[in-house]
Amino acid sequence: MAQVTFNIWRGEGNNGSFKEYTTEVSEGMVVLDAVHEIQIEQAPDLGVRWNCKAGKCGSCSAEINGMPKLMCMTRLSSLDLEKPVTVEPMKAFPLVKDLVTDVSWNYEAKMAIKPFKPRKPDAPDGTWRMAQEDVERAQEFRKCIECFLCQDVCHVLRDHHEHDKYIGPAMLVKAAAFEMHPLDVENRIPDLKNEHGIGFCNITKCCTKVCPEHITITDNAIIPLKESVVDEFYDPLTKLFRIFKSKK
Amino acid sequence: MTDRYTTHEYDVLIIGAGGAGLRAAIEAASMGDSVGVVCKSLLGKAHTVMAEGGMAASMGNVDDRDNWKVHFADTMRGGQYLNNCMMAEHHAKEAASCVHELESWGALFDRTKEGKILQRNFGGHKYPRLAHVGDRTGLEMIRTLQDHGIHHGIDFHMEVTVTNLLIDGNKVVGAFAYEREKGRFILFKAKAIVIATGGFGRAFKITSNSWEYTGDGQTLAYDAGADLLDMEFVQFHPTGMVWPPSVRGILVTEGVRGEGGILTNSEGKRFMFEDVPPLYRSSTADNEEEGWRYVTGDKDANRPPELLTRDHVARKIVKEVKAGRGSEHGGAYLDIAWIKEKIKDSETHIKKKLPSMYHQFKELAGVDITKEKMEVGPTTHYAMGGIRVDSETQMTTVEGLFACGECAAGLHGANRLGGNSLSDLLVFGKRAGAHAAKFATAIDTFSAIDSKEVDSLVTQALAPVDRTEGENPYKIQQDLQETMQDLAGISRSEAGLNEAMEHIRGYAKRAENAHAPGNREYNPGWHTALDLHNLLTVSEAMCLSAEQRTESRGGHFREEYPEKSKEGSTYNTVVRKAKDGSMEVERVPVVPQTDEMKQIIEANE
Ligand SMILES: Cc1cc2nc3c(=O)[nH]c(=O)nc-3n(C[C@H](O)[C@H](O)[C@H](O)COP(=O)(O)OP(=O)(O)OC[C@H]3O[C@@H](n4cnc5c(N)ncnc54)[C@H](O)[C@@H]3O)c2cc1C
Ligand code: SF4
Ligand code: SF4
Ligand code: FES
Repeated sequence: MAQVTFNIWRGEGNNGSFKEYTTEVSEGMVVLDAVHEIQIEQAPDLGVRWNCKAGKCGSCSAEINGMPKLMCMTRLSSLDLEKPVTVEPMKAFPLVKDLVTDVSWNYEAKMAIKPFKPRKPDAPDGTWRMAQEDVERAQEFRKCIECFLCQDVCHVLRDHHEHDKYIGPAMLVKAAAFEMHPLDVENRIPDLKNEHGIGFCNITKCCTKVCPEHITITDNAIIPLKESVVDEFYDPLTKLFRIFKSKK
Repeated sequence: MTDRYTTHEYDVLIIGAGGAGLRAAIEAASMGDSVGVVCKSLLGKAHTVMAEGGMAASMGNVDDRDNWKVHFADTMRGGQYLNNCMMAEHHAKEAASCVHELESWGALFDRTKEGKILQRNFGGHKYPRLAHVGDRTGLEMIRTLQDHGIHHGIDFHMEVTVTNLLIDGNKVVGAFAYEREKGRFILFKAKAIVIATGGFGRAFKITSNSWEYTGDGQTLAYDAGADLLDMEFVQFHPTGMVWPPSVRGILVTEGVRGEGGILTNSEGKRFMFEDVPPLYRSSTADNEEEGWRYVTGDKDANRPPELLTRDHVARKIVKEVKAGRGSEHGGAYLDIAWIKEKIKDSETHIKKKLPSMYHQFKELAGVDITKEKMEVGPTTHYAMGGIRVDSETQMTTVEGLFACGECAAGLHGANRLGGNSLSDLLVFGKRAGAHAAKFATAIDTFSAIDSKEVDSLVTQALAPVDRTEGENPYKIQQDLQETMQDLAGISRSEAGLNEAMEHIRGYAKRAENAHAPGNREYNPGWHTALDLHNLLTVSEAMCLSAEQRTESRGGHFREEYPEKSKEGSTYNTVVRKAKDGSMEVERVPVVPQTDEMKQIIEANE
C-alpha cells in the first residue's frame, strides 16, 4: 500500500485544468482502478468511459503521462509513482468532459466506407469455403477494438485537424479488413484515394506504436492499401516493377 | 415546459445494442419499419464484445454426428430440464443458419481443413460445437452486426439510458431516457419496444460484468407490469481471475479448458475427477489420458471432467478452497502450460488459440500462461433468469413489449451452457425483431402520452443532482454488492436470504436520499444513483425467488437442501409487481415437453 498522486484533467468543452488527487494504491492496480477509487472517494462526477476492464472494448482510452493508452491495461507498477501520474483525455477529438471525448466523428467516418460485399456462395447450401491462412490475414485487422488511440496520435488528425479529408489509421484498418476479407468483392480503392485521403498518411508509424491490439497498422494495412491505389491509378511502370519484385 | 425533453418516434424502439439488440434492429429495419436503437455506452462496447469462447450451433463441421437434436438435448440437460423446451428447440434448430447468416455479413470464423467453420469443445456440449475466432468471438459478432446494421437506416442513440417505460393500460407506448453527455432527457414514442439490455452481474461484488449490467431491462419490464422468470438462477462462472485484487472476477474463458487446460489444487491433484454427477457419469472420461484424447479430437473418448457444467465446476472449486486445498490466493490452479508434455511448440499453439487470455494474464497479472499456472475462482457471470417471454414471439406479458438476449429468460433453465448465449442472441434477436416489427405494422398511429407524466419523470430523474446533500450512491452500490455476494451468491440459506432482503429494504431507503454532486453533464455519480433502483429490484427478485426454491439445482444452491427435489423439476418461479406495489412470487408449471422431445432427450442420454 502506498499513496500516489494523480493529476487528472477536469473540465468541459474548452475550459479545464489539471486537478491533483492522492489515493491509496495496492498491488496489481491499473490506472483505471485508481481513477475509480478517486471517483468513489473524492470526485463522484469525474467523467470517464469504461466497460470491460480487460482491454477488450476500447472504451477507456486516455493519455497517461502523455502516452496514449488504455487505462484498464496500464498497470501502476509500469509507471514512475514517485512523480504525479498525469491522466488526460485524447487530443484529436473535442472534449466532452474530464476524460471523455466526443468520438462520434469516427463512427461517421466509418459509415463512408463501402460495406462488406461477399462473392457468391461456394457450396449449394449457401456456405463458403476459406483457407485458415487466408482468414488469418484479415483477422489481424478485425482485432481492432475501436479505441481510437491510433487516431489520437496521427499528426494529420491531432495537429492538422484534417478530419474532413482523412479517415485516419483506424478506419484504414477497417478498410483493409474489408479489402483483405477472402470473400469480399467490393472495390474501395478509388474511394481510398478520392474520399478517404489515404495520401495524407506519410508513414510515420506512430499509430502502429500505440495500438493496444498490436495491429501492424502501417506495414500491414496502410502500405498495401497505398500500393493498391498506386496500382490502380498511376504509372504502369511501377506496376510492372512490382510484379517483377514479387516474382523474385 | 416542453423544453425539458425532446421527442422521437419509431415504429420499433430497441433498448440495447449488444448482439441481441443489434440483431433485432436489423430484422425490424429490413421489414421496413422505422427503428431506433438506444444504448448506455458507445456502439460496439456492449457486453457482447467481451464474449470469448464462441457460439454454439450444431453445424457438424468437426464431428458429423452432431445435429440439432443433440444440441437440444444438451441444452435441456444443462438447464436441468427447467428450460422452456419450445425455446430450446427453436434455438437448436435455428442456430446454425444464424451463424451462416453472420458469415454472409462478414464474420470471419476460424476454419477446418476443408475450409468450413471450425468448431471447438465446450462444457456440456457433447460434440465440438462452438464456432469461434480465437478467443474473441464476441468482438467478431458485435462488429459484424454493427458494421452491417449501420447501413440499414437505423437511428442509433449512443450513451442514452432508458429509465422508464410508458404504459397505456397493458400496452407499452414509449420510453423515457436521459443522455449522458449533457444530461438532457428524451421521450421515445414507439409502437413496439424490444428490451435487449443484458444481465445484472453488478449486483454482486465479484463479477465478470461491466458497469452497464445493472438489471435495467428486467426492472423496466417489472415496473411496467411484466413477469420475471427464474430469477434465482444466476451463473457463477468457475474461472474468474483471483489475483491481483483489482482484476478479481475478470473472466478466464472456458476455452482454456476446451483446449486441454486442467484444474488442480494446492496438492497438485486434478480434483475434478471426484464427484462426477450421475447425469454425466457415462459421458465423462475416467482418466487423464482419455480426457486429453477427447480435447484433441478422438471421437471415442469422453470429455474430461473440467468440461462438466459450470455450476458443478464452480462448486467443486469452492469445496477445495473450503477444505484448505486452494491456491495461494484462494482459488484453484488452471494449467494449460502442461500441454507442452503433449505437443511440440505448445507456446505458439497456446498463443494462437488463446491470444487474449495470454495478453490478459501477461499484462494484468504478470503471468505467462504458456509457462505458468493461472489462479482462478468463481465469478458472477450470467443471468439465466429474466423477463418472461412467449416462446414464439418473444413478447412479454405486456403488450407490444418484447425481450431478447440475456435479459430474457427461458432458454437456459437452471444453468446455461457456454456458447449458448451468443447463439441465443442471434436466434431470438431475429425473432424478437421480426415480431416487434409485425406488431408495430398493425398499429396505425402513435399513442398519445401524457406530458404531465413525462414531466414528473424528469423531476424524479433530477432528484439526485437537485438534492444539496445526501448519501454517496457508490457506497450504497458497494454495500449492496457485499450483501449479495455474501448472502445470495453461490451458496444460499433461508436465514441469509432473509437477512439480505432486510438489508435491501434498508438500501432502498438510503437510495431515496442518494446525492450526486456536480451538474448533469457526464456525471457518473448521477448515473450510479439512477441505476440503484434497478439493482435493488433485481436483487430483491433474486432473493425472493431463491428463498422459495427449497432445493439445489443448476446455478442455485441452498445449504439446507443440497440435493435436487422431485418437485423442483415441475415448476418455474415467477415474480411480478402486486397491486399494492409489493413484489409477489408464484410457482408456474414447467412448459411440458412433447413426446418427440422426450424421445430425443432419451435417445441422447
Ligand atoms: C467476459 C464474458 C465472456 C463471455 N463469453 C461468452 C462466450 O464465449 N459464449 C457465449 O455464448 N456467451 C458468452 N458470454 C455471455 C454473453 O457475452 C452475454 O450473455 C451476451 O453478450 C449478452 O448479450 P445481449 O445482447 O443480451 O446484451 P449486451 O451485449 O450486454 O448488451 C446490452 C445492451 O443494452 C444496453 N443497455 C442496458 N441497459 C440500458 C438502458 N437502461 N438503456 C439503454 N440501453 C441499455 C447496453 O448499453 C448494451 O448496449 C460472456 C460474457 C462475458 C461477460
Ligand atoms: S503512419 Fe500514417 S496513419 Fe499512422 S500516424 Fe503516421 S501518418 Fe498517421
Ligand atoms: S487499430 Fe489499434 S489503436 Fe487503432 S482503433 Fe483499432 S485497436 Fe485502437
Ligand atoms: S475498459 Fe474496455 S478496454 Fe479498457
